[in-house]
Amino acid sequence: MKSRSPFLLSGLAAAAMHLAFAQGASMSLPKIVEAGSAFSIQSAGSGKAALYIVGPAQVLKRDVQLGESTYFPAGSLYNAGHYLAVLAGDSSTENGSFDVVPATKPANLSFLAKPSRLPVGLHDGITGTVYVFDTYHNLIAVPTAVSFELSNPSGTVQKRTGVTHEGAAWIAMDSTVQQGNDRFVARVGEVFSTRVIGQVPGDPCGLKMNARQSGTLVQLVTDPVRDCSGNAVPDGTIVTFTETYNGAQSTIDEPLKHGIAEVEVSSHNGAKFSIASGVVMGNQIRWEK
Amino acid sequence: MNSGRLLAIALGVATIALVTIGTLWPAPSAAAYAGAASMLASSSTAEAAVRNLGDEIRAKAWEKAYDSLANKAQFTEPEFVHDLTGYYPSLLTYSTLDKFEVRPLHASDSEAEMQLTLHWATVVGSSTSTRELHVVKNGDIWAAEWPIVKEPTVPPQVIPVNYLRWDVIYRGPGDDWGAQDVEAPHVRIVDMNTVERADGVVILGELLNEDVVPAYVSVAATLLSKNQSTIATEGSFDKISHLLLPKQVTPFSIKFPNVSLSDVGSVRMTPLSALIAASADPVIEIGDEQLHPAPDASLTGQLINQSGQIVNVAHVLGTFYDKSGKVVWVADQYVDQALLPQNPVPFQIRIPEDLAKNVATQRTVVATYSSGGSL
Repeated sequence: MKSRSPFLLSGLAAAAMHLAFAQGASMSLPKIVEAGSAFSIQSAGSGKAALYIVGPAQVLKRDVQLGESTYFPAGSLYNAGHYLAVLAGDSSTENGSFDVVPATKPANLSFLAKPSRLPVGLHDGITGTVYVFDTYHNLIAVPTAVSFELSNPSGTVQKRTGVTHEGAAWIAMDSTVQQGNDRFVARVGEVFSTRVIGQVPGDPCGLKMNARQSGTLVQLVTDPVRDCSGNAVPDGTIVTFTETYNGAQSTIDEPLKHGIAEVEVSSHNGAKFSIASGVVMGNQIRWEK
Repeated sequence: MNSGRLLAIALGVATIALVTIGTLWPAPSAAAYAGAASMLASSSTAEAAVRNLGDEIRAKAWEKAYDSLANKAQFTEPEFVHDLTGYYPSLLTYSTLDKFEVRPLHASDSEAEMQLTLHWATVVGSSTSTRELHVVKNGDIWAAEWPIVKEPTVPPQVIPVNYLRWDVIYRGPGDDWGAQDVEAPHVRIVDMNTVERADGVVILGELLNEDVVPAYVSVAATLLSKNQSTIATEGSFDKISHLLLPKQVTPFSIKFPNVSLSDVGSVRMTPLSALIAASADPVIEIGDEQLHPAPDASLTGQLINQSGQIVNVAHVLGTFYDKSGKVVWVADQYVDQALLPQNPVPFQIRIPEDLAKNVATQRTVVATYSSGGSL
């Protein structure tokens, strides 16, 4: 339908221009119609004619009695854009244009929230962009107030407000210091859209291990591994244990289980144990039996 | 017409003559591959005996190779074959012997020591193993004693495995276009260096998975000239550990053959990451890592599989740093035998002689591939 409209439009316009100069008929059109609302078009003269309304994604045809008003009920035109009206009678043709604008009442929001997962305590780490649409999915271009709300499970809430510009509003917010799934809500009047932002622990902080004899081996066990905000670093995070002894080195990449990592290594008097996770170094232990 | 017919007849006669000659007096290598006698007709010397054995291994003439051994009473033929091709599926299982070298170490009238270096052609390139053979003279014939490495035994035990596993569910096709998808893992290049070698430029570095989910990673690099035009784009291919668990670091190496560093104005790095279902199992201990200076500069160590599952292929990557902690080289080695639970397997990564003097410390990681087999 959309692809045929321009051809129909240009054909009708050419015919209208050719005949309009010859007959000089008249038609009264509204300048603006709100998407989905009812409207009418008044024509002058007598006899029968066909009224064509051609727009970006819609084409309507009505058989009309000239001199009467043609009524279009609510929902007839719902795609915002510039429309051409052509009144084609037996002996004359009239044309004109009008605009269909989005409804003023927001009905839908498209809310883009990025990222869906980020570390805690990141300044302006979360961005939200909202597009406001009417009930027929026309982008509402007039400035509209939007409120953003980011709340975490502990009840902490960040609120921001903004105004749309050309139909869109955006905001940047900080991730909180507590891990968990935050609700990120964009609201325009009664309409809202919700996204979930996973806030995950940051790098381990104060990584520390302890060593103790375990039979003929040495057992190395970390303290519960937490980030600098006190959040437990998730299980599966790799902790690297390194033993250096007499010029040789042994390493084990061990994932955290139940918040700690533990390994058993061979026991050498004078061996040096170190620990790291990613780019974070932990403590060192010199083993003396 | 007559000359053409004469030429055809001459070619036909020549072909028949050559086929006859080849059948009656075949080349030694052809005869060996065809299953006839080995290339060396007799084992009249210790070296010839080992060469014959090498030829038979290359031809996969296991029965002949086994029959030629002086100590075959100590093991069975299947044990001999498994010693060469692996007791469990590994790189050697799907390889062929490309070539071999024999080097005399010591010899007397009745016995000798020979070194047999086997160069296997595997799916990831050449793999070399070396065996030292004791060769004894029995009458006029020399025969090698095969230094059998028996199948490692793992004592019956229960190894509890409670490692994490991550699965991924992506957004569905019916979701609103603004709906969120699962975020790709966040990775970061934490170290990088460019080294010029005789055959081109090599970009080295380390990549960190700074996220809390596993990542499938690779790195691409584009060399730009001084006027910002593209010289070449290459990827890390297998010179990287593609699976990174949270907070894990992998080295990477990207080679640009036939490029001079003086032509390079800048480098554009593109780390790539994608979510991947993964398991934290198996854990591999890298033990007894030792740096050996030139000559024969290398990093040696052993891999110990701490899980209960067989690791079929292990890929060891070494990162080498200078005194200031800068990456100066990245090298790797595929281990050609399967890793059984708690069974140490040695590895050796070669370091270029000219770079070895700059190496002060190292860091080793291992990537593993399992086909799901168990003992």
